[in-house]
Amino acid sequence: MAAEIVRERWKGKVFEMMLGREPHTVRVGGDTSLPFMHFEGTTVRPVTALEVQDVAPADWPAVLRAPFAGVLEDPAAWAKRCVELGADLVALRLAGAHPENGDADAGAVAAVARRVAEAVDVPLIVLGCGLEEKDARILPAVAEALEGRNCLLGQATMDNYKAVVAGCLAYGHGVVATSPLDINLAKQLNILITEMNLPPDRIAMDPSIGPLGYGIEYAYSIIERKRLGALSGDRMLAQPVICLVGEESWKTKETQAGDISEWGDQERRAVLWEAMTAVTLALAGGSIFVFRHPDSLTRFNRTIDALMHQQVY
Amino acid sequence: MALTGLAIYKLLPKTNCKDCGQATCLAFAMQLAAGKASLEACPHVSAEAREALGAASEPPVALVRIGREGRVLEIGNETVLFRHDKRFVHPPGIGIIVADTLDDDRLTARISAINRLSFDRLGQIHGVDLVALAYDSADPARYLRALRQVLSQTELNLGLLCPDPDVAGRALAEAEERKPFLYAADEGNLETMVDLAHRYGIALAVRGRDLAELAVLAEKAIKLGHKQLLLDSGAREPAQVLADQTQIRRLAIKKRFRPFGFPTVCLAAGEDAVLAAAVYVAKYAGVVLIDTTDPAEILPLITWRLNVYTDPQKPIAIEAKVYEVGNPGPEAPVFLTTNFSLTYFCVMGDIESARVPAFILPVDTDGTSVLTAWAAGKLTPEKIGAFLETSGIGARVNHRRLIIPGGLAAMSGKLREVIGWEIIVGPRESAAIPAFLKELQ
Repeated sequence: MAAEIVRERWKGKVFEMMLGREPHTVRVGGDTSLPFMHFEGTTVRPVTALEVQDVAPADWPAVLRAPFAGVLEDPAAWAKRCVELGADLVALRLAGAHPENGDADAGAVAAVARRVAEAVDVPLIVLGCGLEEKDARILPAVAEALEGRNCLLGQATMDNYKAVVAGCLAYGHGVVATSPLDINLAKQLNILITEMNLPPDRIAMDPSIGPLGYGIEYAYSIIERKRLGALSGDRMLAQPVICLVGEESWKTKETQAGDISEWGDQERRAVLWEAMTAVTLALAGGSIFVFRHPDSLTRFNRTIDALMHQQVY
Repeated sequence: MALTGLAIYKLLPKTNCKDCGQATCLAFAMQLAAGKASLEACPHVSAEAREALGAASEPPVALVRIGREGRVLEIGNETVLFRHDKRFVHPPGIGIIVADTLDDDRLTARISAINRLSFDRLGQIHGVDLVALAYDSADPARYLRALRQVLSQTELNLGLLCPDPDVAGRALAEAEERKPFLYAADEGNLETMVDLAHRYGIALAVRGRDLAELAVLAEKAIKLGHKQLLLDSGAREPAQVLADQTQIRRLAIKKRFRPFGFPTVCLAAGEDAVLAAAVYVAKYAGVVLIDTTDPAEILPLITWRLNVYTDPQKPIAIEAKVYEVGNPGPEAPVFLTTNFSLTYFCVMGDIESARVPAFILPVDTDGTSVLTAWAAGKLTPEKIGAFLETSGIGARVNHRRLIIPGGLAAMSGKLREVIGWEIIVGPRESAAIPAFLKELQ
């Protein structure tokens, strides 16, 4: 009895999204198979971003601050460092717009976003402060300041998507659509956003991942189901998935705790925590990975390099 | 080849006696066809029918046991390709490779490092499962000496990575009581290795140069009468391992291809071995072998294994009791939440990141989140009051202030009346807890 290779035939594909401006565009999505199943379709290599914040983060541990020593106070210089460290994209998190963290207004954060955009050639992701009402006020201004740069702006939720998407539509950006670990809500939000006439290939889905050890399995299965939905032809589940692995991983005690003998060296452990969160979610079908530590990005990329090798049958 | 549910149904007694746990014989037949039930569950099936059902009556992936009674590692018996289809059942064994070329002192140090690889997660201890002793020395005496050292210095289960049947036979004579697995039978040694494994009643890994050869060798081993097998396609590049693992599982489940109806063994090597190992844990490995004793690498891997093998259809509940973050004193704030583990973890993580020692009281809501529990009437003032009472929190703090999730603001008045504590309405999202705590102080 011979082993006959089983090849799945899929009719759908993940939407392909181009970010940034020529000649520095980055292609995201477009996959026609389950992740890394090269023998039955195309896996498009996942892309990476490193996170920059508009104000120096107060809660980052020393091992995370070290790679960015000297630039944490200057988002534009920080963004340049990210590109030098190998990021395909820069993800600017406007943490300083949060009322508890400076409460910067729309004009101020839009100016920061423009300075960062002018400092680097790579495409930008710009994320608000996470407070829905505030983000609805600042993101349209950011969209205007970055007009024509073809960025990815978010996070748009069920409660604030109208303002965010209006900004994206007016100034030529894509949107990060965030839903709380629920495939039906993700789909519903995609429908609402496309009803505003944003094309379906201008959306990245953010499933609100949990990190390794803290609910990652929910995100893993939801991302797998989204990929299966996309491949089966469901156009409202076919948007590329973005995973904020950095900010989620660095909340955990396993990344925050110092060197303890039972857990080993903090930096190695924390970097692996972030890298493993990303590798496993790439295996489920994630397309964009936003990291904090450059070594996590490097280790992720090496593992993805290996998984992108062709397979022999 | 797999039988359809209807074909199986024709062979069943058709009495709908329900002894198998299913409502009807047809329902049972469908479960059998899907690989989700075993023919053993039917006490009335005839011998002829049993014969005829053949492959369909066996699970698509056999259950394989490694180790002695009381410490058995069970792997296999999986029925799905995606955990969301049902669940993954038996977490893969994680084995640490130990070379017999290490001198006595370094070997002792390594075994002791392996023994220390155990971690407390939610009150349960999780560690590695196996020591895999590699016959790298080509010196039988050295291998046996190292084996004796391993046997005396660890209680963990064993793998004998020793393709030389003579040496493997001598090793098994010494390690018989541990019921190790033997790795690996290949084209050159298959018959003698099967004979050894059979004699000692242990699991035998079969290694091909590729999937095609693996199928041939596994079929031979089955014909020789050994059914405790582990499969290794010989691939070592992560992309090829992932593809082979996927093919083995697809063929076992979708095609009922008997030679691949066994758990697999994967070797992870190189500078990013632990990340490759994480891929293999998610994609179908029965045993993952890796060459590291660094807790900074093994802790994430073991955590990932735990996550992937949770039951996706069941909200995970944690025990409802008082949990401490940091070292809370009698003044420390008390947070109320539910015992859905994801909810609890979010609250715990956010309190931790605020670096404020606190108590957390997760009410037993059958593992549902705050709003779900509240909507379903599982989070009532009476229930909270009873939990405060039995938890003993009153004796551990010198105040009577309870912080409740923002989503429960509407019940704060009633709650105050029922429990007699001051109620502080916390944020709706746990991510806002650090800011909330800052303000509270």
